[in-house]
Amino acid sequence: MPATPSRLQVLSLYKQFIRNSNQFNNFNFREYFLRISREKFKENAPIQDKEKVAKLYEAAQRDLGVLKRQKLISQMYTFDKLVVESAKDQGDSRS
Amino acid sequence: MLRRTVASGSSMMRMAKLPLSSRTALASATTLPRRHYSPAAAVKLTNDISLETHTDTQMASRDQAAARAEASAGSSAKAAAIIDEIDTSGRTALNAAYQENTGFGTRPIYMDMQATTPTDPRVLDTMLKFFTGLYGNPHSNTHSYGWETNKEVETARDHIAKLIGADSKEIVFTSGATESNNMVVKGVARFYKKTKKHIITTRTEHKCVLEAARAMINEGFEVTFLPVDEAGLVDLKELEAAIRPDTCLVSVMAVNNEIGVIQPLKEIGQICKKHKVYFHTDAAQAYGKIKLDVNEMNIDLLSISSHKIYGPKGIGALYVRRRPRVRLEPLFSGGGQERGLRSGTLAPPLVAGFGEAARLMHQEFESDQAHIKRLSDKLVKGLLANDHTNLNGSASHRYPGCINVSFAYVEGESLLMALRDIALSSGSACTSASLEPSYVLHALGRDDALAHSSIRFGIGRFTTEREVDYVIKAISERVEFLRSISPLWEMVQEGIDLDSIEWSGH
Repeated sequence: MPATPSRLQVLSLYKQFIRNSNQFNNFNFREYFLRISREKFKENAPIQDKEKVAKLYEAAQRDLGVLKRQKLISQMYTFDKLVVESAKDQGDSRS
Repeated sequence: MLRRTVASGSSMMRMAKLPLSSRTALASATTLPRRHYSPAAAVKLTNDISLETHTDTQMASRDQAAARAEASAGSSAKAAAIIDEIDTSGRTALNAAYQENTGFGTRPIYMDMQATTPTDPRVLDTMLKFFTGLYGNPHSNTHSYGWETNKEVETARDHIAKLIGADSKEIVFTSGATESNNMVVKGVARFYKKTKKHIITTRTEHKCVLEAARAMINEGFEVTFLPVDEAGLVDLKELEAAIRPDTCLVSVMAVNNEIGVIQPLKEIGQICKKHKVYFHTDAAQAYGKIKLDVNEMNIDLLSISSHKIYGPKGIGALYVRRRPRVRLEPLFSGGGQERGLRSGTLAPPLVAGFGEAARLMHQEFESDQAHIKRLSDKLVKGLLANDHTNLNGSASHRYPGCINVSFAYVEGESLLMALRDIALSSGSACTSASLEPSYVLHALGRDDALAHSSIRFGIGRFTTEREVDYVIKAISERVEFLRSISPLWEMVQEGIDLDSIEWSGH
């Protein structure tokens, strides 16, 4: 059984989700992953069962890996900004 | 340098024998005497190559806008007095159609989710490893390269089957829903052609089912194209009455691609079971978006498309019931892959991407549904707030992600032209090249004019609230503008009934 993460560890994971989601260059993907990250953490916040939390934590770490890779890909192949997006909008970690 | 080496082949031979560093020195010394490239500089050059591939039309469009503004300023100064009215009206049209120089981007909002959906980054992540290392043929069972790919393919099959309550052995991969539909309509009919000669389908089906059915007429089959009511729903009594002893197949689509209407699948399934007729449903637009269960709904065959569920394009699947077994003649002859129904090597990257997309549809079902419903309600409310607009298709039996609205007294295609900043369509992508009005809306009893002025809006997982707000505002403004220059609208405002007008001959 994987170790139960501390409160601090979960918070740090959440922070990483938000940071990586924010670094998507694509507007729709950025907004989606921000929304879904917030939603998922909020939804699972009341779970107390240690085993369940540990499992979710492990799954979330895998998802974070996906997010980290895909964020980079999104930064490599960029497109024009959408008409609803300010040209100076965020989404590029290097700027 | 190239020319030189080609001209003197022997010197190239000599160069090849030299070590790398001295060769570079030699090349630079002999061919480019004035410019010195040190090895360090060459390395730097390769590092400088940008990994980014911009589609930089943004800068171009900004330049264009600036040029246009300059030109119009010059011309209006010259002829301001005479053509003031025309000029300003022209400019309003332009302003309405393009939002330039506003500090925003230029790429249109994507609102055509029925045509296709963006590939989910998580799907791409699953697919990438098949392009980098997992390249084995899933049908090679003599080595581990084949086994590992095959394992992934079977996992994907499980995910796809799970979403419709089927067994993974009942899933056959195809190139897409069009192939699946053709396989069913032609395959089932051909297999039972000795005893059964009749196919039933509806008028609002996708073109590929209609055309496949039409092709079967040439092979001696009879096809009944059932009409639909004003809401786009099939009449169950009419369906039951149409079934004959020699009917082999009933094909009714689950969610309509143009109007988003959900057909009463469970009831149709019961009727088909009662009369022992195979029931096929084209679920390209429904799979993963509404709850489907092949056993509960008595579905015998079901077509699925991957790119409608944020998966890769170029793959789909067909569910074929095993108990009781549904027999069909395969379209392709070959190595007998996919239970012999669809020969040809599978494309593991696409299959795995499709499987991941299906898994995500399952995982995110509630979240997606809530999000789409919320945005859809907002969009419908915002659009219907305009005068003389109406929602096409049933208001209650519908998938919220597909909204079809008619804007009376506005020409649909001209509205689409005015909406350069929103990617929309007036019907299915297959027929958008032709200017004829949608046959689906015709089947609903809409007249040509209204069918012409209809636009379909698609909402998906990646649509944002900001985009919906923008669309509502843009559509309202431009509908108003197009009506303000329409003589028909003027007559309507004056209270003239358009049907009473006798138009002079053409």
